[in-house]
Amino acid sequence: MTPVRAVEGKAIPFGRANVDTDIIIPAKWLKTISREGLGRGAFETVRAEPGNVFDDPAYVGAPILIAGENFGCGSSREHAAWALADLGIKAVIAPSYSDIFSGNAFKNGLLAIELPRAAIDRLMEVAKTDPISIDLEHQTVTTRFQDRFTFEIDPFRKHCLLNGLDEVGLTLAMEKQIAGFEQKRELETPWL
Amino acid sequence: MTSGPRTLYEKIWDAHVVERREDGTCLVYIDRHLVHEVTSPQAFEALRMSGRKVRRPDLTLAVPDHNLPTTARLDAQGRRLPIADPESAQQLAALERNAPAFGIRYIGPTDAEQGIVHVVGPEQGFTLPGATLVCGDSHTAAHGALGALAFGIGTSEVEHVLATQTLLLKQSKSMNIRVEGELGFGVTPKDLILHIIGRIGAAGGTGYVIEYSGSTIRDMSVEGRLTVSNMSIEAGARAGLIAPDDKTFDYLKGRPMAPKGADWDKAVAYWRTLPSDPGASFDAIVEIDAASVAPTVTWGTSPEDVVPILGAVPDPDSFAEQAKRDAARKSLDYMGLTPGQKLREVGVENIFIGSCTNSRIEDLRAAAAVLKGRKRAANVKQALVVPGSGLVKRQAEAEGLDRIFIEAGFEWREPGCSACLGMNPDKVPAGERCASTSNRNFVGRQGPGARTHLVSPAMAAAAAVTGKLTDVRELMR
Ligand code: SF4
Repeated sequence: MTPVRAVEGKAIPFGRANVDTDIIIPAKWLKTISREGLGRGAFETVRAEPGNVFDDPAYVGAPILIAGENFGCGSSREHAAWALADLGIKAVIAPSYSDIFSGNAFKNGLLAIELPRAAIDRLMEVAKTDPISIDLEHQTVTTRFQDRFTFEIDPFRKHCLLNGLDEVGLTLAMEKQIAGFEQKRELETPWL
Repeated sequence: MTSGPRTLYEKIWDAHVVERREDGTCLVYIDRHLVHEVTSPQAFEALRMSGRKVRRPDLTLAVPDHNLPTTARLDAQGRRLPIADPESAQQLAALERNAPAFGIRYIGPTDAEQGIVHVVGPEQGFTLPGATLVCGDSHTAAHGALGALAFGIGTSEVEHVLATQTLLLKQSKSMNIRVEGELGFGVTPKDLILHIIGRIGAAGGTGYVIEYSGSTIRDMSVEGRLTVSNMSIEAGARAGLIAPDDKTFDYLKGRPMAPKGADWDKAVAYWRTLPSDPGASFDAIVEIDAASVAPTVTWGTSPEDVVPILGAVPDPDSFAEQAKRDAARKSLDYMGLTPGQKLREVGVENIFIGSCTNSRIEDLRAAAAVLKGRKRAANVKQALVVPGSGLVKRQAEAEGLDRIFIEAGFEWREPGCSACLGMNPDKVPAGERCASTSNRNFVGRQGPGARTHLVSPAMAAAAAVTGKLTDVRELMR
C-alpha cells in the first residue's frame, strides 16, 4: 500500500449523518470482479438529488469528504471503502464511524478521522471556499485561517498508514518465521 | 500449546502455529486453499495492484462452481457454450485468467474432475487429515469429515492466504457432540445433522469448533461424515471435525492428490496420532442418542427449524423466547404454513437433489433406490439431480442411476452449486416449495420468494413420487 503522510486539498462538505454503506455504494454494484470503477456507483442515490455536493464543480477532484455521525453503518461490504477510494477520496472527517467501516477503511489506506461536532461544523464552513490540510504524523487538521484541530488514532494503525503497511504487508514482513515454518513442515509432513 | 491430553482440534492447531502474539492471536499456516469464481476476483486484483505473488500455488486449487449453469457445457461439435448471464461469464473468465497467471492449478467447466469445491477437495485427495484448509465459502466445514481443520473465509482473507499462506486467527472453544447407537431404518446422516442443529440451535455452536464422535459417527461412511460436518456452520460453528480412522485412509488411498509410496505410510502413521487423547477436555459436550432421530424436515427459514416428518408445524407461541416467537411467525408467513399443519400434507412443486451437502454417489444411490420404477407426481414441475462433480456423474452413469432419474422424470444435470443458491439459472420460482437436499432454508436462498424444506436425498426422492413431503419409510417397505 502507498504510505499516507498528509492529505491536502478541497473537501466535500457533505455533512449528512448515518450514511450507511448502501448509500455509499448500492447493492446492485456488488456483482463486480474489481475494486476499481466503483466510484461510478458511489452515492448514486444522493447524486440523483439536484444540486448535490458531489456533482458541484467547486468540489471536483476533492480528496477529503466531511460527513456526520456514524458514517459507514449498515452492511459490512468492503466495497464502500473501495468506492470512496475510486472516487478519489483519501480521507473522511466525521464525528464517528461504524467499527466495520473504519476497519475496512484502514485496510484500504483510507483515513477515517474523528473530530468533535464543533470542529466538523467549522470545517464544513471552511470547505465551501478553502482547502483543508491533514497531517497524520502530527495528528492535526488545519486551515489557512489558523484553525488547528488534533485527532486521535490507534498507534498501530498510524504506524501502518505512515509506512504503507497493510495486513498482508505486515505478515509478509514475517517472511523469516514463515519460511522457517515451511522448512520444518517439509521435514515433518513432507506429504503436505 | 496445550499440555496434557489434547483434542484433535488442539493437535492440528498446535502443529500450525507459526507465531503466537501476546493477545493470543496466532499466525496460522494454511496447507490447502480452494478457490472459486465468486469470492476470488478482488483478491487476485489486489495482488496484481501491489505486485505480489501467490506464495504457494502448489497448495492452491481453483475450481468454478457457484455461478456455472448446470446445463450442457459443450455443443454437438464439442465447442464450449457461452454463459448467458454477463456477470457470471465475467467472474468465470476472471478465474480462467487469474489461475494460470498466478500459476495455480485450475479444473475448468468441461474437465471431468470439475465440481463443487467441497466435493472436489476430498475426491481428489486434496483434503487430508491433520491439514488446515480454507476456502472463500462457509461450507468449507465439510472437509473436517476427513480430520482436516477447515473453515470459510472472506475476500480479504483469501488475499492474505494467497500472498502469505497464513491467517491471523484466535483459537475457538471446543465442543464434543457424541452420537451413540444405530440410526433407524430410513434415517440418514442428513437427518442426524438436521436433528443436531434443531437440538443445539443455529447459534449453538457459535465460537466453537465441533468434534463429532461416538459409535454412530465411527460406523458412518466418509461420505455420510462429509454431510454431517458440512452443516456445522448451520449450527454457528467455525468448523466441524471427525477423527480420521481406517475408513478415512481407505477412502483417500490412491486418490490423485493423496500421498503415495513411502509418503503414504508416513502420513498414515502420523494421522493415527491425531484423534483426541483419552481425558482431553472440551468446553462443551452434547450427547445424542441415534435411535431418537427420525427422518427430519425443516418447516421454517432457519436450519434449526426442524421437525420429524411425522410431526406438525409448531405454534409460534410455543417458543419460550419472544425473539423466537416473532421469528417463527415471520417464517410461517413466508413459508405459507399454519401452526398444527401436518408436514406430510405439504405439497411440493420442486425437487432439488444436489449441493455440497448431498451430491455424492451414496446420496444419488439412496435417491435412485426410492425412485426406481416410480415416476414423479403430476404436481411436481421441476425435479433436478445435480451430481457434485463430473466424476460422481460418470460413476452414477456407469451404475445406470441416470436412467432411473430420467425415467422418474428428473433432469440429469452437469455439476455445480445449482439451486443451492439463487446465483445461477437454477432457481425455485417465488411462492413455490422445494424439497431440497441443500443446507440453507434462508429467505430467498433458492430464489426470491422460494420456500425451502431441507431433507435427505431419499426424502427428496419420496417427495418427488408423492408430490408432497413424505415419510420415505413408507416407500421403502
Ligand atoms: S453447493 Fe451451496 S453451500 Fe455448497 S459451496 Fe455451493 S453454494 Fe455453497
